Amino acid sequence: MTGRTSSQATGDTMTGTPAAEGSGAGVRPPRASRSGGSRGGSAARASAPRTGRPGPLWAVPGLLYFGFFAALPLVMVAYLSLTEWGALGSPQFIGLDNWSNLVVDPLMHQAVFLSLMLTLLSWIFQTPISMLLGVWAAGQQRNRAVLSAIFFLPLLLSSAAIAIIWRALLDPNFGPLAWLGPRLGLDSVNVLGGQTSAFLVIVFVSAWQFIPLHMLLYQGGARQIPKTLYQAAEIDGAGKLRAFWHITLPQLRHTITTSSVLMVVGSLTYFDTVLIMTAGGPGTSTTIVPYLMYQAGFGRWELGYASAVAFTLVLVATATSLLMVRFTGFANMRSTREGM
Amino acid sequence: MSIRLAERPASRQPSDNQGLAARWRRPGRQRPNLLGGLGALVWLAIVGVPLYALLVATVQRSENYTAEGPLTPPSDPTLDNYARAIENGVLQFVLNTAIVTVAVVAIVLVLASMTGFAVVRSRTRWTSGVFRMFLLGLAIPSQAVIIPVYLIIIEMDLYDTLTAIVLPTAAFALPVCVLILVGSMRDISEELYEAMALDGAGSVRTFLQLVVPLSKSGLSTIGVYAALQAWNGFLFPLILTQSPETRLITMGLFEFQGEYRVDVPGLLAAVVLATIPLFLVYLFARRSLVRGMMGVGGK
Repeated sequence: MTGRTSSQATGDTMTGTPAAEGSGAGVRPPRASRSGGSRGGSAARASAPRTGRPGPLWAVPGLLYFGFFAALPLVMVAYLSLTEWGALGSPQFIGLDNWSNLVVDPLMHQAVFLSLMLTLLSWIFQTPISMLLGVWAAGQQRNRAVLSAIFFLPLLLSSAAIAIIWRALLDPNFGPLAWLGPRLGLDSVNVLGGQTSAFLVIVFVSAWQFIPLHMLLYQGGARQIPKTLYQAAEIDGAGKLRAFWHITLPQLRHTITTSSVLMVVGSLTYFDTVLIMTAGGPGTSTTIVPYLMYQAGFGRWELGYASAVAFTLVLVATATSLLMVRFTGFANMRSTREGM
Repeated sequence: MSIRLAERPASRQPSDNQGLAARWRRPGRQRPNLLGGLGALVWLAIVGVPLYALLVATVQRSENYTAEGPLTPPSDPTLDNYARAIENGVLQFVLNTAIVTVAVVAIVLVLASMTGFAVVRSRTRWTSGVFRMFLLGLAIPSQAVIIPVYLIIIEMDLYDTLTAIVLPTAAFALPVCVLILVGSMRDISEELYEAMALDGAGSVRTFLQLVVPLSKSGLSTIGVYAALQAWNGFLFPLILTQSPETRLITMGLFEFQGEYRVDVPGLLAAVVLATIPLFLVYLFARRSLVRGMMGVGGK
């Protein structure tokens, strides 16, 4: 509130100094027209003295560094997918051979299917639970702090550690499940040995690992919902369910986008756990795309072919998150707070 | 507002009566979130029981591990498993990981704060393009570019060194860190910048005397975030190193899993040892970490 009134005040003084306003508008016409709603604020920003502003050079080291290790490899992986490259020697250009092999590779078809299933199941499994727990944790309950602290613990464990823990817990010969099985009247409980059950274990372990993170996201999102909205709804006689449906859910839309993008990209690139828990098996029933890439590249040393698999991954992951970002306006970060 | 004020006395009662008082309030937001509470209890079991079983297993004698139930406290607790894990070189792996983590955090802090400063304060369209690029960079999965990274590291003659892990790990932590820092630097008020400018401060002085001190919480957040990435990283060590001298803790655990398949308590003890340092960071810097995670979604 105070920020807004003060910026309006500066905006008013500005109208008295046409020279300053003219120069401000001249420097940045596009932004002034874009931010329509808070014209006073943007005019005030433009009027700020220009000394002390960093030149664009400040962004160069970060940009170069990131570009060299992340953006450049992105271009390279596209090129490498057109080459044949074994463990020794250097990549030889072979055109589209890898790609024509890739589109008919039944393992690739299966891997894409499994990756999409993992993504879908993870989203369906993780989103409601994260939202429920996050909104709960944003409330006023006692014990909330203690429970939240415990819920956070899986985030401290590496995915390697998590995979090892769950593998030990689910071991059919030694361990809790082997102990529990006979007491439930089951001869042997080998959940990692069955094709479907192994895949479901991967879905579950990924949820166990990542729900705390998404819960935190939803907690943060729910905390930022202005209480006045709920008070207004209460005065209007809206019940809890309607308040959730008409206030909480729409207000959380940015959080839902962020969380969903993270979930989708995370599931599409899920790798460590699969390598440690199932190594793609039994058979090929958990060979999702990243694992297929690892196997082709660093198991069989067909690095060109593996690059084609990897580039498919880039395309799918980037397209998905771009679409989600575009349709929900997440990139337009300044606008979320305006108008409140 | 008046409704809230009228309720005040009820919530001032001694804490034992609070639950009861809450139940008798008018329906609305103040009513306890029963569904959420129930879900929280279920999730507590799902998170708590495996972690408890983990801790119990690590103090269980190997020969008792299968015999005694997973949830009963061990009849004859021991620290032998931890001793065995340390004998197997866990401390060396932890040291390697610590070196990598410190280096990654240092690189990320310097580069992200400079980039963030430029994105927030520079008024050229170029820098908003930079910001957009980092936003897109969030979507580049390290798995997808591991093969070219492997090639780059070999060409730089860095294969099987700790530097080989540091460089890409820091690069892939950058987008999130820039995003978090931009969020926290935008909260610095315009008046402070104007005061600095009136003082005649250039961009370096503004950065060091205003931006860095006032984004301390953002900086500690990204520091912890980068540390977490480095400490728990798996793919880069897996692909870019191979010898025991450069082994990080995650790779150490992976190797143990293959070598000591039968010695589950020893393996799990190593898992616990690997997590203790992060747990300590969590105890002292939990707020920064949580805030950082929330900052990504909350803005």
